[in-house]
Amino acid sequence: MKKPAAPATAYKPSDTSHVRRQRARYSIRLWSVRRARLFEGVYNALADVFLKLHPIWNTIGYKRVEYPVMLVEKSVKSFLFDCRMCGQCALSDTGMSCPMNCPKQLRNGPCGGVRANGNCEVEPDMPCVWVQAWQGSQRMRASDNILKVQKPVDQSLRNSSAWLRVTAQKAAERDSMSETAQ
Amino acid sequence: MTADQHEDYSVVPDGHSSRGRLERILRRGEFAITAELNPPDSADPNEVYERGGVFDGWVDGINATDGSGANCHMSSVGICALLTRVGYAPIMQISCRDRNRIAIQGDVLGAAAMGVSNILCLTGDGVQAGDQPGAKPVFDFDCMSLLETIRTMRDEGRFLSGRKITDPPRVFLGAAINPFAPPYDFRPLRLKKKIEAGAQFVQSQYCYDIPMLREYMKRVCDMGLHEKCYILIGVGPLASAKTARWIRSNVPGVHIPDNIISRLEGAENQKQEGKRLCIDLMQEIRDIEGVSGIHVMAYRQEEFVADIVHASGVLKDRRPWKRELNPGDAAAIEFAEREAEKLAAADT
Repeated sequence: MKKPAAPATAYKPSDTSHVRRQRARYSIRLWSVRRARLFEGVYNALADVFLKLHPIWNTIGYKRVEYPVMLVEKSVKSFLFDCRMCGQCALSDTGMSCPMNCPKQLRNGPCGGVRANGNCEVEPDMPCVWVQAWQGSQRMRASDNILKVQKPVDQSLRNSSAWLRVTAQKAAERDSMSETAQ
Repeated sequence: MTADQHEDYSVVPDGHSSRGRLERILRRGEFAITAELNPPDSADPNEVYERGGVFDGWVDGINATDGSGANCHMSSVGICALLTRVGYAPIMQISCRDRNRIAIQGDVLGAAAMGVSNILCLTGDGVQAGDQPGAKPVFDFDCMSLLETIRTMRDEGRFLSGRKITDPPRVFLGAAINPFAPPYDFRPLRLKKKIEAGAQFVQSQYCYDIPMLREYMKRVCDMGLHEKCYILIGVGPLASAKTARWIRSNVPGVHIPDNIISRLEGAENQKQEGKRLCIDLMQEIRDIEGVSGIHVMAYRQEEFVADIVHASGVLKDRRPWKRELNPGDAAAIEFAEREAEKLAAADT
């Protein structure tokens, strides 16, 4: 994909949004969405492993492992999904297309400005994140997850590990379940 | 005939969420008309009254846009507060682009206190579309979480944080739909999602493609969504084929098929044909199953709205609320005129 040539009238920063400056290409992100079903399986397996490791995380302390795990999570997800580290990952609910890449950071579906060719209103050469999400979700087993209404982003969780938070929550749920069973 | 001349607007009727006129009209099963007010670039309240006045007696709700197209104009809260003073039923638009959750929840309370009964929750155009592209795009909420937040404020009397609100805002909640943008199969599901989040009425983007709308409405009716939510379809007169082309390539999310443009091009008087086209669309839309009303967006042609609504006949013999001078005002004017006559008589 060739980048559109800059107009002859030189430097025009307002013409270029932060989204385009940070990422010139979207090919890896689009590839990941095409493999949404595969990544759904991979993530579920990973989540199981993380849950099994819960005693280890707990012994070391979730706070202490947070930083190294976050670094790993960040590099993996940035490479595959252009992750923005919002800290409350919704990839499984959005067809493996990261909603934080939407210039409006919509987490509940496409805005009304999507172009007829399926590209973004704000970034004319970027495929709409939510058109991709819809296609990705149709490839996944849990294809109805996209209909869940997502809460507004908690900005205080930025740059924290979503993997660990989910693990801690699941472990807490499991423990309370086994307690009530007894 | 004005059916609601003697209604009491100080109470919320049973089963309603607002005191407003728009909700009463829709719940009564009447075909509703709303129109969009072009906000002034001015601090003069009279400009708002003049611009609202052209719709007087022809619409059931006036949309006050919130920096539409990311251009700066008078705020929607301000416009709504002015319109409620003279009895109009404004629909306050809230876009998520400019304000964060703290500001928006505060504005909702303020607007409700000023008598606003209808709120339309929008995501908003990106800042790149407007006159100040260097602005910070906020987008703290998206339209869905905004709907859910205001619904929680109204029904549970709580802010997003859970803190209590002593007197909750009694508002009728709306959202926007655009059946004419991809991903087309997801659009009806997105409406379903919006209804789950709290939308009670929706207004659509400009509709120029009736077959596409029919397809969308068919899916909506199959899911039974038209029974849970009032659907108002957006229309607007096109000034000329040139304008139509410009809108098609420059305004995000507006879909204008080629046959519409060639119809305008073929006409002798394109402006007149644009109006005629709008009237034809309204008559076709009225007969589609599940449609509860029409939203007229006649940008910079607001003075034609009354004409268009009248010519389309969609209201049948119903006449929406019309502003009338207070009895007190009439007496005062009469008194002043008498005094002036007396003075003139004394002079001679």
